[in-house]
Amino acid sequence: MAKKAAPEINAGSMADIAFLLLIFFLVTTTMDVDTGITRRLPPPVENDVEDIVVKDRNILKVLINSHDRLLIDGKPGDISMLKQKAIDFMSIHPGDLSYPEYKPRLIEELGIEMDMSQGIISLKNDRGTSYDMYIAVQDELAKAFHQMKDDLSLRLFGLKYNQLIDDNKIKGINNAIPVRISEAEPEDIGGK
Amino acid sequence: MSRFKTKKGKGSAAINTSSLPDIIFMLLFFFMVTTVMREVTLKVKTKLPQATEVQKLEKKSLVSYIYIGPPVKSKLYGTNSRIQLNDTFANVDDIQEFVAKEREDREEADKKFITTSLKVDGITKMGIVTDVKQELRKAGALKINYSTRKGRDK
Repeated sequence: MAKKAAPEINAGSMADIAFLLLIFFLVTTTMDVDTGITRRLPPPVENDVEDIVVKDRNILKVLINSHDRLLIDGKPGDISMLKQKAIDFMSIHPGDLSYPEYKPRLIEELGIEMDMSQGIISLKNDRGTSYDMYIAVQDELAKAFHQMKDDLSLRLFGLKYNQLIDDNKIKGINNAIPVRISEAEPEDIGGK
Repeated sequence: MSRFKTKKGKGSAAINTSSLPDIIFMLLFFFMVTTVMREVTLKVKTKLPQATEVQKLEKKSLVSYIYIGPPVKSKLYGTNSRIQLNDTFANVDDIQEFVAKEREDREEADKKFITTSLKVDGITKMGIVTDVKQELRKAGALKINYSTRKGRDK
């Protein structure tokens, strides 16, 4: 008996099998990237801590009631004016007592000293406020801070904040314009 | 002479397909590696609100999710928003335990980078969200992310 060489395995169907698997994974894959608004919660407070008194001129109060209506600084307002109001409030107005105080501070990363507003935007919502509205307000405020970062970045580097590549510059801008949003302890305003 | 000619000239040569499986396998492995299978079955509807100032959530292994929304089976569970942790409905009191467990699962060095992603339906009232946030504060999970869809530019 003459020994025959082992017959070659037909690999023609290999592609089909691989295709089947490929299509399975193609169908089951979800490639959506999670996006969202990142915020930091304040650490829990102990009961015996006294309320920190902040001067009235340093706070921009934004209230949302259970009917999703806005009260900006004591006046009924619309969501479309919130951004402009926030930017106006957080900018430096020398000598104007109705705007927040400001202090000069050295920004190490940028190597310049600039006036930092002491203003805080205080956000308060009712238990009946819808999440849609809450996010819309958070988004508007985030837009305001983003625009201020853009303005400063354009003034200093001639580039928008998003276009900055240097980590040091990004850090500097972030330090120069901190996101000063405070969320009040929850309470029922305006009932159920 | 003529013998060689007849052998060579007839018909076009077949394309060599022996490397086709390799190419397909390469694609296959790419999809296998990038695929994240959904690990929880959603019992609540979460139609996320839209926002423009969104940031990408990086390092998915360090994110724990809390779902809040109206139950899918509204006939059985009603239409009020409920909290879902992992695969089951939960109460506000369960959140601290949930956070502690999520923390145990992560490595020591990663613990402080854990982000809690809140996937909340748009029609949910803030009351329940506020309660959850208060519990998260107590549990020390301070980094949160309000999950939103990108879009809606005026």
